[in-house]
Amino acid sequence: MLRLDVNVFDYVILAIYFILVVGIGVMARRAIATSEDFLLSGRSLPAWVTGLAFISANLGAIEILGMAANGAQYGLSTVHFYWIGAVPAMIFLGVVMMPFYYGSRVRSVPEFLLRRFNRETHLFNALSFALAAVLTAGVNLYALALVINALIGWPIWVSVLLSALFVLAYILLGGLSGAIYNEVLQFFVIIAGLIPLVIIGLHEVGGYSGLKEKVSHTALGPNSFDTWGGTNVGHWTNPLGDWIGIVMGLGFVLSFGYWTTNFAEVQRALSAKDLSAAQRTPLIGSFPKIFIPVLTIIPGLIALVLIPNLGKDKNVTYNDAIPLLMNRFLPNGALGIALAGLLAAFMAGMAANVSSFNTVFTYDIWQTYIVKGRRDGYYLKVGRVVTVVGIVIGIGTAFIASGYSNIMNYIQLLFSFFNAPLFATFIIAMFWRRSTPWAGLYGLIAGTLGAGVMHFAGYHIAYFYPGGVFDPTHGKINAQMLNFYGAITAFVADVVVTVVVSLVTKPKPVSELGGLVWGIPDPKAPDPHTVAKPAWWNSPKLLGGTSLGIVIVLSLIFN
Amino acid sequence: MTNVSPNPADEPKSAAARLFDIRLLIGALFTLYGVMLTVAGFFTSDAQRAKASNININLWLGIGMLILGLLFLLWQRLNPLRIEPSADDARPPNPGGH
Repeated sequence: MLRLDVNVFDYVILAIYFILVVGIGVMARRAIATSEDFLLSGRSLPAWVTGLAFISANLGAIEILGMAANGAQYGLSTVHFYWIGAVPAMIFLGVVMMPFYYGSRVRSVPEFLLRRFNRETHLFNALSFALAAVLTAGVNLYALALVINALIGWPIWVSVLLSALFVLAYILLGGLSGAIYNEVLQFFVIIAGLIPLVIIGLHEVGGYSGLKEKVSHTALGPNSFDTWGGTNVGHWTNPLGDWIGIVMGLGFVLSFGYWTTNFAEVQRALSAKDLSAAQRTPLIGSFPKIFIPVLTIIPGLIALVLIPNLGKDKNVTYNDAIPLLMNRFLPNGALGIALAGLLAAFMAGMAANVSSFNTVFTYDIWQTYIVKGRRDGYYLKVGRVVTVVGIVIGIGTAFIASGYSNIMNYIQLLFSFFNAPLFATFIIAMFWRRSTPWAGLYGLIAGTLGAGVMHFAGYHIAYFYPGGVFDPTHGKINAQMLNFYGAITAFVADVVVTVVVSLVTKPKPVSELGGLVWGIPDPKAPDPHTVAKPAWWNSPKLLGGTSLGIVIVLSLIFN
Repeated sequence: MTNVSPNPADEPKSAAARLFDIRLLIGALFTLYGVMLTVAGFFTSDAQRAKASNININLWLGIGMLILGLLFLLWQRLNPLRIEPSADDARPPNPGGH
């Protein structure tokens, strides 16, 4: 693979950045006196900070490199992952769901399930989330080490330990505030690093029309700019399959599940200073999300045109699209900025998982089941210890991943089964007061099993293969499309079981559901007349409507 | 926090109000990077410039980052951070200090 031409100037830029990364942790430390200060930033942050952190926690380097790869592999259809696959869910979280999360003053997503359902549902969700979070942190760490190894030649173990140490330093010192402030900083640095690639690249290929013209001569062909082309049910040809999978599987089940129930995301909103800021967190985040494809998919397509054999040669895989362009275009200086942004994005991917893991483990597992009723200072200490433990497990995971990458793929697949049904359970929990505590647990189990069964059954269904032709080696299967249909299966299984179990078991008394379910007000909530109304330009409905309007207009232009 | 812990008077209060303003750091970093890149832009060799499709990208990126950095510093100046106590500990204002 390629080796970047890094010189002293780039290293100075990197060094300044990494000093600042730790500096943020050191300076945020004075704002920590309680466990909520450490694990939820004392619920004090302004909406623009939490909003950018919300999007940045998702803008890890795996996401950036992966979406550029998807752009080169699938063409402009990749925007579905951003527009239909993210923005509607973010708006829904801000406008509809946030009052239940923030208004009920729960400290985590699993804690909502504890209050709404029972301990069994809570433990099921808290454990699967905590495990998935530490393992994902490790996977990010390993991916970071691989890229550093390829680009600047450091041994894998050096970069694993060094970057884990940086993440440890700023989370252990600064807590969630340290993580969130670094995410905000990283957001601007990664954008500054990627914009030059787009400008130079488009200049090189003759602008957007030149890019479109040149891509039509590649393997992707002239249809690569039709985002909805070939999505007919029954005889799909779009690389992402038919529209049912894209709209229901990706746009509805997977997207809503990720954005509205993944605690690494929701935690950013819970750290906001009031309900209005919490509601605006995902809405503010949705605006950059709409335009990030310019910085990922477009470079992917530029690389497809300019890099010979991209994706066809083992040494130039689709995932290398962005590093290859950095190498080709950027002079020393701009190269240092891009490299700093990329490394920061890897660390953000890890830090978001560690900072949500320590909160769920401290509050939902340790304080709820293991050592109850101590003073707050005790749980602050637990939070710090758990942070160290989480990072050590992450390092272990990274080393396991470097030896057995297949095992890691299976584990991630397994956790995707746990995630698939979450949205079904939450949406029923918030809108159907009759749904019972046991329905929460059995709905989640049924959905998880449904996703697993569909995944394995799908390999034997000819419809998921291009042209409907079954491939006995399973190599040609449209894995994305199967993933979308697996999510739909999980959703349906969860809904059916939740409803059936609810009808035969006893619901919670309404008095215990205040603030958790639509139409049952929270008796402890402040009188709405005493809460200051946000200015009209901060209205969640206006922000959400504007964001949705932009997505619809863009979808019509780029259909 | 009133009805959570057995004796609220013993529990430490949130120190979140002491959190620094991230705009200062973003502003400082981008101003510094902006100056470094802009200066480098005047010394970028022809070979390096040819690499970037004949765009002096260090210069333009440097100017862009400098402007963004200064805007953050200006924003921080015009509208300094005020972290109010969260709704949870909303109680009558205490003139004695915080």
